[in-house]
Amino acid sequence: MRHFVEELEHLKTKLLEMGALVEASIQRSISAVTQKDRNAAEEVFRNEDRVNAIELEIDDFAIKLLALHQPMAADLRLIVAALKINTDLERMGDLSVSIAERALSLIEGPVIKPMIDIPHIAGLVQSMVRKALDAFVMRDADLARSVLASDDAVDSLRTACYHELISFMEKDPANIKQALNLLVVTRNLERIADHSTNIAEDVLFLVKGIDVRHHAESRPPS
Amino acid sequence: MSPAKPMPASAQQAPEPDMAPPSVNMAASGEPNLAAESATKISATDLNFHYGSFQALHGISMKIFENRVTACIGPSGCGKSTFLRTLNRMNETVRHSRVEGEILLDGQNLHSFEVSEVRRRVGMVFQRSNPFPKSIFDNVAYGLRINGVPGGGSPSRGELRDAVEHSLRRAALWDEVKDKLHQSAYSLSGGQQQRLCIARALAVNPEVLLLDEPCSALDPIATTKIEDLIFHLKSSCTIVIVTHNMQQAARVADYTGFFLLGRLIEFDETPLIFKNPAQKETEDYVTGRFG
Repeated sequence: MRHFVEELEHLKTKLLEMGALVEASIQRSISAVTQKDRNAAEEVFRNEDRVNAIELEIDDFAIKLLALHQPMAADLRLIVAALKINTDLERMGDLSVSIAERALSLIEGPVIKPMIDIPHIAGLVQSMVRKALDAFVMRDADLARSVLASDDAVDSLRTACYHELISFMEKDPANIKQALNLLVVTRNLERIADHSTNIAEDVLFLVKGIDVRHHAESRPPS
Repeated sequence: MSPAKPMPASAQQAPEPDMAPPSVNMAASGEPNLAAESATKISATDLNFHYGSFQALHGISMKIFENRVTACIGPSGCGKSTFLRTLNRMNETVRHSRVEGEILLDGQNLHSFEVSEVRRRVGMVFQRSNPFPKSIFDNVAYGLRINGVPGGGSPSRGELRDAVEHSLRRAALWDEVKDKLHQSAYSLSGGQQQRLCIARALAVNPEVLLLDEPCSALDPIATTKIEDLIFHLKSSCTIVIVTHNMQQAARVADYTGFFLLGRLIEFDETPLIFKNPAQKETEDYVTGRFG
């Protein structure tokens, strides 16, 4: 196998390692909220340094490949996609840290509503993350498109949650602190879904060479 | 990204049993989409070229757009240089060679012109710089002395001097040689000699300039100078460049054609060829998987 091909494989492997770590952080942060699991939250905090370190490592490696090999076509698209997916994964890691922080605050306060909507949103978001990463591994454009289609469902659930939590706050100001914590959790889950969407868009660029961001597909070519 | 569309059926040749038909990314008009901005300078249709019993080109149909740079890339022996040399009938000098198909220059059959007119209108610069064993001045003035000035007649000394200076300036060489115009061309560096050959080709005001791997023997600095020169020359000249250096094609060309085994596999706007080629053979070549 050519040296450059081996290096591209290494880049993919590092990105998958990053993806697995971030997926675990998201899963543990959700458990921290829904199961009131302090240990899970601590695990997320421990993961963060590793995620940050791999982000730097991947960026550095990808820039080296660009500089030394001047890649073309599918190789170029892979490296550009890897750089962007790397940034998205790191942000997803940060958001799971923020969710874990809110989980600790939620554990200390009273329960103001049963956990129904948040596990539902979390399930959808985790499925999007998994599908986006699987689409990258398998270079599956259809799977990537299915991630884009899921984003609207997460957005509507989050909006419904928002209105419900506002009404809790209006009913009793004592609910405000816990309701705000839950608002931040839902907002961060929705942002994780957005980053999964970005990854799916990058996969479509990688596989098909097309840009579907901001509905670019429907615009006439410039 | 524009979707790959086939050429009109009339412009495609029949597939050979052992090869897929050349797929050329063309809009329905038979031209890459950007070509709407530019006229066709040269048009090759169903071009076959034979060296004796060996067929070097198979049914090449390709357009060269005016005031644009078109690069021909492909592995050694793919026919890209042969194709280039058919564009100014240079291949006619090869014994037992035979050309079939049609090449139009400004819509007129290339073979309907006197060969000297073709060579004047379609200039050529080769891989190795080949200055004449004359002074720098005489190298550039050579074509003018042979061809005369526009309107006929031999050029006066003043006309020659002006034309030589103008050509050397266009070739970005004037500042380096203006104080030694009467020294031997061989006193120049390799990169300067190559620009001198470009100046010599430019002196007769060609409409098209064919460059056959013009930088393959040059260092990166000299290469950059030639590439800058190509970029500036295209406003006044149509340029076709054959290059082994894909990064060079990516840097200088507006359109790129990928040749393989004498066939044109893909022809499109350069960014598409290097970012998202339509054909697997192109993808394999530009990513270095073969070739």
